[in-house]
Parts: sequence; C-alpha cells; structure tokens
Amino acid sequence: MKQQAQHTPPFTEGINRVDGIMKVTGAAKYSAEYELPGMTYAVFAISNITKGTITSIDTKAAERAPGVLAVLTHLNAPKVPGYEAGKDPSKPPTTGGPLKFFVDNSVKYNGQPIAMVVADSFERATYAASLIKAQYNKQQHETDTEKNKFKAAAPKGGRNGGDYKRGTPDDWKAAAVKVEQEYVVPINVHNPMELSVTLAHWTADDKVTVYAKTQGVKSTQNAIAQAFKLPVENVQVTTKFVGGAFGNALRTWPHEIATVQAAKLVKRPVKTVLTRELQFNTVGYRPYTWQKVSMGASADGKLTGIIHEATAQTSSFEEFTEGTVNMTRFMYACPSVGTVYKITPLDVNTPTWMRGPGEATGAFALESAMDELADKLGIDPIELRIRNHADTDPENGKPFSSKNLKEAYEMGADKIGWSKRKLKPGTLTEDGWLIGYGMGTGVFGAGRGRATVKAALLDNGTLLIQTSVTDIGVGTGTAMTQIASEIFTGIPVKKIKFELGDSSLPPSPTQGGSTITSTVGGAVHDACTQLKEKFQQLIGNGGTDKPDYVKVLKEKNLPQLEVTVTSSGSTEMRNFSSYSYSVHFVKVKVHPKTGVVRVDNVVSVADSGHIVSPKTARSQIIGGAIGGIGMALMEEGIMDHRYGRYVNNNYADYHVPISADIPQIDALFVNKPDYRVNPMGAKGMGEIALIGMSAAVANAVYNATGKRIRELPITPDKLLS
Amino acid sequence: MKQFQYIRPATQQSVLDAITKPGTKILAGGSNLIDLMKRGVTSPDKLVDIQKLPLRGISQNKGNVMTVSVGALELNSAVAENKIIKESFPLLSMALNAGASPQLRNMATVGGNMMQRTRCTYFYDTAMPCNKREPNSGCGAMEGINRMHAIFGTSEKCIAVHPSDMCVALAALDASVEVKSKKGTRYIPFTEFHRLPGETPQLDNTLATGELITRVIIPHNNFAKNSYYLKVRDRSSYAFALISVAVGLDIRGGNINEARLAMGGVAHKPWRLKAAEQFLKGKPATVANFEEAASLAMQGAKSFGHNDFKLKMAPASIIEALSNAAKLS
Ligand SMILES: Cc1cc2nc3c(=O)[nH]c(=O)nc-3n(C[C@H](O)[C@H](O)[C@H](O)COP(=O)(O)OP(=O)(O)OC[C@H]3O[C@@H](n4cnc5c(N)ncnc54)[C@H](O)[C@@H]3O)c2cc1C
Ligand code: SF4
Repeated sequence: MKQQAQHTPPFTEGINRVDGIMKVTGAAKYSAEYELPGMTYAVFAISNITKGTITSIDTKAAERAPGVLAVLTHLNAPKVPGYEAGKDPSKPPTTGGPLKFFVDNSVKYNGQPIAMVVADSFERATYAASLIKAQYNKQQHETDTEKNKFKAAAPKGGRNGGDYKRGTPDDWKAAAVKVEQEYVVPINVHNPMELSVTLAHWTADDKVTVYAKTQGVKSTQNAIAQAFKLPVENVQVTTKFVGGAFGNALRTWPHEIATVQAAKLVKRPVKTVLTRELQFNTVGYRPYTWQKVSMGASADGKLTGIIHEATAQTSSFEEFTEGTVNMTRFMYACPSVGTVYKITPLDVNTPTWMRGPGEATGAFALESAMDELADKLGIDPIELRIRNHADTDPENGKPFSSKNLKEAYEMGADKIGWSKRKLKPGTLTEDGWLIGYGMGTGVFGAGRGRATVKAALLDNGTLLIQTSVTDIGVGTGTAMTQIASEIFTGIPVKKIKFELGDSSLPPSPTQGGSTITSTVGGAVHDACTQLKEKFQQLIGNGGTDKPDYVKVLKEKNLPQLEVTVTSSGSTEMRNFSSYSYSVHFVKVKVHPKTGVVRVDNVVSVADSGHIVSPKTARSQIIGGAIGGIGMALMEEGIMDHRYGRYVNNNYADYHVPISADIPQIDALFVNKPDYRVNPMGAKGMGEIALIGMSAAVANAVYNATGKRIRELPITPDKLLS
Repeated sequence: MKQFQYIRPATQQSVLDAITKPGTKILAGGSNLIDLMKRGVTSPDKLVDIQKLPLRGISQNKGNVMTVSVGALELNSAVAENKIIKESFPLLSMALNAGASPQLRNMATVGGNMMQRTRCTYFYDTAMPCNKREPNSGCGAMEGINRMHAIFGTSEKCIAVHPSDMCVALAALDASVEVKSKKGTRYIPFTEFHRLPGETPQLDNTLATGELITRVIIPHNNFAKNSYYLKVRDRSSYAFALISVAVGLDIRGGNINEARLAMGGVAHKPWRLKAAEQFLKGKPATVANFEEAASLAMQGAKSFGHNDFKLKMAPASIIEALSNAAKLS
C-alpha cells in the first residue's frame, strides 16, 4: 500500500502561526498580564486537614496586616446569589456539583480554600494569608483509590454510566490464547506553564468584566452570569492567549467565582493567580484509574471476547466520569465485548478531563493488552490489529465515515523501521543499551458541533473573521486563517484577521474534545463561502477569481460587507460512525543495569481527514507525543494518604519531560479528506496525538527488556524489581 | 513570606559582623534559600547578600602540594566549564553539569550548593511533621513516601539525603573547605563538612553560626584520565539523583593504584565508599573486582519501603560507574 505520494496535501507547508512572532517576542498578552487601575490581589488560605469542619478561624492578624482590604471566610463572605438558589456556577460533569467556597464550615479535601485574602499586593496578600489560623474537628478521610476500590459503583449520571455488553463477553475464557491483566494509571496533573488566572472587575453594580484563563469564554460567561444572576451580556470574558491548559480550564472552578465575589465586595478589580501547589487540587487532574482487561483469541489471532473494567476516583460531592472503557467497544472486530465502568468517591477535589482524557487512560490498558496477546500468539502486534480490524463499527453496525487505519499502520512502520523489531523481547542492543520497538493505537470521536462566525470584508482590504473561540495554544487562529485564505485566495494571509477569545463575539464552543477545527473551521468555511457569494452578487456576473475587493467596496460606497453564519454538522452524519485515529510508534533504549528508559525515536501517524493547517497539526502531534512520554515514563501526582496531601506538588518533583527527554518525533498524516464531517474534509486531531502513546512506550519497554510494566509511570525502580 | 531586612555589604568584615546574629542568613544565588522562604520553611529576619564580596576565581596554587582553589561565589556553570577544572578534575565538571538545569547552574554558587537543604518533601511542607524543620515533630518520610530517601547513615529521627551532585564529586576528590568567621580562618575536610542526622537532624553540616564559606580547595590527583560521574534519575535532566556515583581511578598498567568512590542520593551527606576504595587498591580494573567492591560498599545499607530499589540500583550503579571510569564499557 505504498500510496503516500498520492495523498500529499495540496499545501505541504501551511502558513506560519499567525501569533508566532507575538508569542516569541512577548507581545502576546496572557490573562495574568492584564493590569487594571486600583487592582488588588487575592490569595487563599487553605485547609491542612482532609475532612471535617472548621470549628474556629482566626483572621484578625490577617485583617490587620499591611495592605489587606478584606478577608473572606464562610463566616462573612457575601452570598453568591446563584449559590443560594441551589444553582451551580458551572455545569457539573454528571451529578452533584462543584464545591462552593465559603458557604459553610465543611472541609472536603486537603488544600481546600478556607479563607481568601485581598490585599494591595500579591506579597502582602500571601503574607496575610499565612497568618490565618483555623481549628478543626477532624474526621477520618479516604484518599486512596486502591484502598477504596471495593466501594466503587456505577456512576448515577452522565454518558459513561452503565455497563456495556455485546454477545457473550465471557467467551474470552474459553479462548485458545488469553490475557487477563490489571493496569494502573496514577493521578496525572495538567501542569501547564500558565497557572489558573481570574481578574474580575465590576464596572457597574450589575456588570462585570473578567480576564480569565479559560478554554471557553462563553461557558465562563454563562457560569458567572448564573452565579451572580446577571443577564449574560452583562458579563464580559476575555481570553486572548492561553499558556497551555490540557483540560484544566474546561470548566469554571469555584475559586473563579470567589474572585468575582471578592471584587464585588472590595469594589476594586481583584486578580487571583493560583500557586503551582494549588494547581494540584484546585483545577482538576486525571483520576487514578485501575483497569482490568481480559481478552481471548483463537490460535490464528482472531479476538473472541474482551472484557474491559475500570474503576476511577471522584470526589465525595460530585461525580466525574469519562470514556475510559468506551474505545474497547468499537476498536476491534470482536463479536463479544463487555465494559464495566465504576467510580469511587474520595475526600479529594473533583478530577477533570486531561489530555486525551479517559480515552488515553483506557488506551493504555487496551493497547497494552493487545501487545500482550500478540506476544502470546507469537505474532507481530500490527498483524494482530490488522487481523481484527473493524471494517464497520461493531458497536452500532454503522459504516465509518472514513477510516484509513491500515494505511496509518503501514506509514508509521515504514518510517520507524519496524522491520528491525525482534519478536522475542530483550534481544536487541545498541551501545550496551537494550533496544525495543512498540506501537499503540489511539482513537477519538470526530464530530462537528454548532458555531457562529461573522466574516466581513473591510474597505481597507482586510478580511475580518470573528468568533468567541479560545486558542489554547494549539493554533486555532492559524488554522482558521488558513481555511479562510483558501476560500479568499485573492487576499494575502497577513490581511486576514481572525479575532477570538472574547465573549461578546459570535458564540463558539469551548476548546476541547478535538472539535474546534471541525466545528469552528466548518463555520469559518461556511461564513467565508457565503461572504464570497454575497460579494459575487454585488459585482454581478463576470467577476474575476481575484477581484479587487477594496475597489469594489469603495465603488459601491460600502465600508464593509459582512455575513454572520451559524452552522453545524449534517444530518447525514447520523448514518455513520466517525472517528479520528492515530498510531504511535516508539523506539526506546533501556539501560540494562540502572533501568533508565530513554525514548529514542517516535513516529506518530494521524488519520484525521484532510489536514487543514499542516504546521500547527505537526506541532499538535509532537506535543501529544511529548505528553504521552510524560504519562508513560514520569508523570504521577503522589499523595501521602495518611494526610491526604500531595508530596510532589511543584515543578521540581512532578516530572514532565524536559528537552533532553524528547527525541526525534516524526508526525505523519494520512491526509485523506472526510467530507461527511465538514466541508474541509477535516477531522479533529487534538486528543489522538496522545491517546495510545503511553501504551506504545510501555510496549517498546517490554520489547526491549521482557518486562511488562502495567502501572505507570515506568520509572527505573520498576524495571529493576 | 514575612517581612525581612536585606543588606548587601561590600566588605568581608561587615558580612562577618552581620552574620553573627541569630535570624540572619547569608544569601548567595538564592536558588534554594528564596524557595525555602517562600514555602515558610525558613523565615530569616535579615538577609546578608554576599554577592559583592571578592569570593570568585579559580586558581592553581603550586605549593608543597599542588591545589586548585575555587571561590565560594563561583557559579556552578562557570566551574563546570572552567579549563583548569575540566583538565584536572573532570569529575567535578561532570557532577556539576549533572545538577539542576542550565538556568539554575547560572545562579547557583559553590557555597550555596554545599549549603542547600534536603529536598525531602515533608521538610518543604510546613503542614507535615519533620524533625529537620521542626525538631521533635516526627519524621514524615519514615513511614511515608520515601522513594528518594537514604539507605546509609540514617537515624530514627531522619532519613533525608543531601541532594547535591557537586558535593559528591568534592567528597571523592578529598577537597577541603575554607571558612572564615570573626574568630579567624579554619579548614574543614570536605567529608567532614556534612554530617549524619543522628539525634539532631536540624543540623545539616558542621559550619558554625557566624561562619562564611570562602573557598574550596582541591588537592591535585591522578584521576583525570579515569573519572566518571553517573547520575541515575527519573528524567534526563533537571531531576535529583535516585543514585549517583562519583569515581576517580588512578590506573597504571591495568592495575588500580588508587580509587576514590562517593555516592549521592543515599545518605544525609555525600557518602564515601572507603571499604570499596581499599579493596580496589592494587587490584586489576575488572568487572569482577568492581562487583566485589560494590558489594562491600553496600554493607550496612537499610531501606524504608519505597526506596528498597536503591539496594539494587546502588551496587549496579557503582559497577556501571567504575566500568565507565576504567573505560571497560
Ligand atoms: C528545581 C531545582 C532542581 C535542582 N536540582 C539540583 C540537582 O539536580 N543537583 C544539585 O546538586 N542541585 C540541584 N539544585 C540545587 C541547587 O544546586 C542549589 O539551589 C544551589 O546550588 C544553591 O546555591 P545558591 O548560590 O543559589 O544558594 P542560596 O540559595 O543563595 O543559599 C543556599 C544556602 O547556602 C547558604 N550559603 C550560601 N553561600 C554561603 C557561603 N558562602 N557561606 C555560608 N553559607 C552560604 C545560604 O545561607 C543558604 O542557607 C536544584 C535546585 C532547584 C531549585
Ligand atoms: S527524612 Fe528528615 S527531612 Fe524528611 S521528614 Fe524525616 S526528618 Fe524531615
């Protein structure tokens, strides 16, 4: 299937990041960098116990400390009107709701804010917060998922509740070749460079302006409007740049509401920037998840049954669920599949989606188990996947809107030199290091949602495109500019202005779940197409391909020509299953004596339709691979369960890959359009960049050493034991 | 962080005057001290910034014994890249470059590196018990998360490790430390500079109140050709050692004339492996001998659960480091 050349994208290069220069020169203004006249700073005092009640809290010293304007606690905090009505400031993931700060004396997790100090400088607020002393009535807490697995139950709400069963999943037990193994993904913490930021400024009694770190200005706007019972348009939310989020700014957290509340109280702008330590328990994390995969295959490698079980942690006050086991239902052509998903409530803050969320957790188990099965069968792991390739969606019987997974396997295998891989582990060495090759597959739903885009041709020759979407660093502005530039071929890229990150602009969804290129891109495409038609009508027949827009607008005496278009996916999509796929290939070196693992080479192949913006797509794949290396080899939020406190809540002790850990990474694209999803033929590729990567690394480590590490991260100690 | 006074004296005398008072702390690069202040682990009333003192420079002194002297304010990065150091003591250069990150090495000074405190997370978190931070509050790590902790020289009170890489090399190189106070000058052998926790884990070293580190002096040796610093860590850079091993061998005709071995990540101080050194003296540089040396070095090791793996990783690392120094692998 050597067809790569045939699918060379029409624009192999793609445009440069439209905000690249701004970012590298420091001109890009991030939310924490906004300064307002009279601005004040908020710092939290936090609970040192994990569960119980506050019996007394002494804030006198803090109140007297220099520069302090206010100290908010449950005893004196002004009521948040939306809280009183029992409404939550943000949509809970499923059932329950986020914690409301300063409403009562209960402590639900260690590190929970018990007071908020507002002062005229960050340092003074920090010092004053350190003077607050609380007495508690302590209760026995539980923070250990492993220990509390027995309490786990099916979630009550949400899309991920309920067991799934097709055929007779227990058939795996009778199979010729079987795998039955447990896998653990520990707590991972998003840890983007940019900390959580909220700067709130009431411009009138019923009007508030907020600069926030959020993945969705519209959802933050709605959450604040609900909490303070304001008309939505009275809340202005701006997020021009995001310094990485990875899911932790997908929802509006209670400390953000508290900041808005404090600003109302002190009648001055209040800025809250969380500390690195507080990031760990204030804005979510990937939940600790235990999994078990039981699978069986006939001697010729045909799957006969799979059961995939998962138990993850959630908080005591809110259900968080994610699609951990869902991939197993449709990934392979297996007649009998069962999935079981449970959660166990703990005295911790609520987890949230993180990088390729539950799917990345689930893919570690499923794709590791597939590797184990291939090993037992004595066949190549790619061959096993091809033998069980699902030609139609086994979960619902629908055809796929497009699927080029086999081609992706081939492209990646070629590039990494898969033929050098030895079937028998521990047999390849280079310079005294053990060498191994591994692969893993990723998959994520590819849909298209609703978005509204305004496109306008201005009489100065600018094409202005506006929508509220945020760019969390992935290059949305660039991709949208690219889409527009292909419709308005006569307008130079630098004359295309894409405005985003502002709640007063036409609504787009929150950036997350790999939907933005498809959803917003689709709307940009439709708006630009309609604008072009409108222009065509203006000049009548006989217009050229590259008309002089400025001249025409001036002649017609029009300062601008604009359209506002709302669009979403076609109903035809209901007849199809639509997914984006990735295949990750990894070469690792393992030191035979010290157990040190170094990733030597990565090839990630994306099958995600037409690649709209090649440069930013490549960056996304590289970023995902790096995130996957982190998840596989080093990331773990470690808690001392005796205290319910993290012991590595800082950048020195919570390891993410640094430059020296990052090898050559090749991003390859199948680049075949899927026009069923949207008019560009593009499918999302945000999450697939990471999903499956940690399994690829673990499988490569096994191939190098013969040691199967089923509990991430794969640190040197685990390879020595 | 509580309010404090900050001074930056221009003379050594005024620094020595200022640091006699309790609650006063010397500030060098600040890369450790400021962090500790931010976390509330230490709250000095006064910071005495010593950056104006002439404590820089690396020079060779040709006395009875040839030595190299390194000023206490020399930057970690500058020492690592210095020509004299690279030629005479490549081990020190390797160890320095294995520490922290380039940004930190550009801030960190030699004196500050020696005086940096443990990275035990219970020590850093004022809400947890820690005998080192708060005597008699208990040791959080003993039955807690102790993956990074010591296997040698521990006490009932504390099982923390000294986190420095540079100091492991300096211990192996038999350096000595010049310290000054109002009482005068004294010299502390490097291996006696740091101490074991014993009953008083709050004391990291033998530097007395009112003393200033001014220089580190390294005697000439014949290890330059066969030196190696191995650092085993959880990521390729910017991570503290799980285990580190500093090796200097003086090999003549395949035989080890003299050996120096020290380990990091295993004790409250850089851990010299004297028994192993003794064993290797006069023996051929073979893997079999290295294995024997490693097992001698491990005598008396004791682990605490999460750090059990060090009992395996440490000897493996000793063998690996020796083999690299002897250029066997
Ligand atoms: C994230 C991170 C990772 C790190 N990783 C490593 C690593 O892998 N390996 C490693 O070895 N180190 C590592 N370090 C530690 C680093 O080496 C030290 O922070 C640095 O060496 C301290 O030097 P400084 O000049 O900044 O000291 P300062 O912070 O200024 O001072 C530290 C202490 O030394 C005292 N002091 C300073 N100079 C003198 C003097 N002349 N006389 C007497 N007392 C003095 C101060 O009073 C203070 O108590 C890391 C640090 C960080 C923050
Ligand atoms: S090991 Fe030492 S530093 Fe760590 S908690 Fe125990 S006493 Fe404190």
